[in-house]
Amino acid sequence: MLIARVIGELVATHKHPSHEGAKILLVQPLNLDGSNRGDAVVALDAVDAGVGDQVLVTTEGFSAMTAVGRTQSPIDMAVIGFIDHVELVPGVA
Amino acid sequence: MQLGRVVGCVWATVKNASLEGYRLLLVQPLAADLRDTGKRLVCTDWTGAGAGETIYWVRGREASIAFFPDQPASDATIVGIVDSVHCAATKSKPARRQAERH
Repeated sequence: MLIARVIGELVATHKHPSHEGAKILLVQPLNLDGSNRGDAVVALDAVDAGVGDQVLVTTEGFSAMTAVGRTQSPIDMAVIGFIDHVELVPGVA
Repeated sequence: MQLGRVVGCVWATVKNASLEGYRLLLVQPLAADLRDTGKRLVCTDWTGAGAGETIYWVRGREASIAFFPDQPASDATIVGIVDSVHCAATKSKPARRQAERH
C-alpha cells in the first residue's frame, strides 16, 4: 500500500460499467517527508475521500476490487483509508 | 490505473487467438498536469477511444478482467475516456479527439 494525497478528480462519461457510481480520484503517492513519489495515479474511491486528504492506496487488483465491492472488475488501485498520523520509530527508521 | 493519451494504433496479423478482435492502441502515460511521462505502451481497448483522446488505463491481471468473461492475453487495458480532470496541477483540459476513430 502507498501513502498518498488526493489531488483531484476525473470525470469520465464513457467508462467500464464497474466504475459507475464510484469517485475516480487522482492521487499523488508521497514519500515519508511529504514530497512527491513518482507521478500521480488514478484510483477508485472506497472511503469517500476528497481533495487534500492524505490516504492509504492499495495497488493490487484483488484488494482494490474487494474494497470497492466489485469483484471481477478492472480496478487495480483503490483509496482504502485515511491516514491521520505516521510515526517513525527513532533509531530504527 | 493511470492517465494516458492515445497516440496510435497497432496492427498485429499474427497474434495469440485470445486477442483476436481486440483493438490494440499505443498509449502515452500522462502525469497529473497532462504532460507526457514514462514510456509508451500497447493497450487493449475497452472504450473505443480515438487518437488524441485522454483516457485512463488499468494494468496487470485486471486488464484482462475488463473483458470478462473473455480473458484476452493483455496486461494493459483502456477502461475509460476522460472528459475532464479537476486538479490544481492540471491547467489545460484534456485534448478532445483530434483524428477519426481508427
